[in-house]
Amino acid sequence: MRKAIFKKNQVLPGFGLTMGYTTLYLSILVLLPLSMILLYTAQMGWKDFWDTVLDPRVVASYKLSFGASLAAGLINAIFGVLLAWVLVRYSFPGKKIIDGLVDLPFALPTAVAGIALTTVYAPNGWIGRLLDFKVAFTPIGVVIALTFIGLPFVVRMVQPVLQNLEKEVEEASSSLGASRFQTFRRIIFPELLPAVLSGFTLAFARSLGEYGSVVFIAGNMPMKTEITPLLIMTKLEQYDYTGATAIATVMLVTSFILLFIINIIQWWTNRKFIH
Amino acid sequence: MAGNIPIHFSTVPDEQPAGTSDPKWVQWLLITVALAFLGLFLFLPLITVFIQAFAKGVNVYIEAITNPEALSAIKLTIAVALIAVPLNAIFGIASAWAITKFHFKGKNVLITLIDLPFAVSPVIAGLVFILLFGSRGLFGEWLFANDIKIVFAVPGILLATIFVTFPFISRELIPLMQAQGTAEEEASITLGASGWKTFWYVTLPNIKWALLYGMILCNARAIGEFGAVSVVSGHIRGLTNTMPLHIEILYGEYQFAAAFAVASLMSLMAIFTLIIKSFLEWKAKKQISTEN
Repeated sequence: MRKAIFKKNQVLPGFGLTMGYTTLYLSILVLLPLSMILLYTAQMGWKDFWDTVLDPRVVASYKLSFGASLAAGLINAIFGVLLAWVLVRYSFPGKKIIDGLVDLPFALPTAVAGIALTTVYAPNGWIGRLLDFKVAFTPIGVVIALTFIGLPFVVRMVQPVLQNLEKEVEEASSSLGASRFQTFRRIIFPELLPAVLSGFTLAFARSLGEYGSVVFIAGNMPMKTEITPLLIMTKLEQYDYTGATAIATVMLVTSFILLFIINIIQWWTNRKFIH
Repeated sequence: MAGNIPIHFSTVPDEQPAGTSDPKWVQWLLITVALAFLGLFLFLPLITVFIQAFAKGVNVYIEAITNPEALSAIKLTIAVALIAVPLNAIFGIASAWAITKFHFKGKNVLITLIDLPFAVSPVIAGLVFILLFGSRGLFGEWLFANDIKIVFAVPGILLATIFVTFPFISRELIPLMQAQGTAEEEASITLGASGWKTFWYVTLPNIKWALLYGMILCNARAIGEFGAVSVVSGHIRGLTNTMPLHIEILYGEYQFAAAFAVASLMSLMAIFTLIIKSFLEWKAKKQISTEN
């Protein structure tokens, strides 16, 4: 078997060892556990499955998770481009530190982010007390937590593209009489678009599954502020393994569709660059 | 998809040709808006952690991080990270070697499968281990008969942590080793060095910064993981509570100062991670520019 896929004239050793180890470790720790979702779902009847995943409380959670992730993703797409622009094009005191801190949501444990955001946005918190409407313990709170979690994605996808953009094109555009805003809209933005879209989709996918930062600020009221991952948790606490698995299947299928979309965006970007 | 984005470098020098810069007032307006956004979402929450941690005084702070439950949570968190990170590092190196040094069919499928844990919600990452090893799980009866505990015990926490941090190191190494090619290793082997020697003296020096970078990110996630660990831990105080779970319990009991005291330790760790990360990015950039 190995000979058939092994290319001739290969000088380097270690294919059998590293490939064997990779497949074994991957199978035991990721593929076998994940296949349990399929196994458990397959054991359910169609009716049970649909009854569980279309239960009004579960559907309400899809709407919240989807809507809040979309809102947070859009906020991050807009401010992500702005941040990347400011960090690449302008200079101001403390820029290096700010640039480093953009990755904080990747490094800060989600539970810490959750309790900190709740404290800031609670009705008696620093920001919460300044606002007329409630933020924490409402869907807006969920959006805030998801915005925090997804913040670095668009910035970090757009930054390198912006850095490698040839300034000559902008120069040509301005010398041909285009205004600065026209240059941005017609010349720069189309170049950034694939990066913005990949960043947005990554942030969106991450937000759909996010748990730690959201559960503290959401308030977790049934039908109102329950996210889908929390419902899996609730089902598990009631020892309803099949119910939890059915919801997990819906989430997994959604994730795979998003993964597919990201691959299409990347394929489209590569094709654009190769011409 | 939870996660990380590989190190990027710019080789274009920063210079401003005419007609490509914005008026000063536009610059300051955009900088102010960008910083205000970061202030609302990053700086205020971070500052809050430290202010709340000391809200009840230094004594409460010290008590909160030195009581036996907190200490056992800190120990468990460190122990889990100390096992999970090296295991994923070995896997990362092995998978990157197989994928980048050889040609075989299905390479892209393998890369996608390695990335899979990033596409899975942390709660599902915990759920799958309950389905395998829980009392009603696939191996549940066998484990019970042999008196082995995996979920609601430390092995479950370890498995869930390895799962959620699985792709971090492979993801950093694969693009880098792909770009570096196989010429140096082939030369070394042709000149008579053994495989291990070649790896140790040729490959490892080339990938060391990216490897450390991946390990740092993997470590931060391993220490901070909440959802997956929460599902499999069982929340037994002093036994299966990691630091994030300990914070949740304290917060739920309205012991806010104590919760934020432990949270402040984790925030310091996050800031430390970011500093090392910036340092490694700078080092990797320097290594690339000296090679060119």
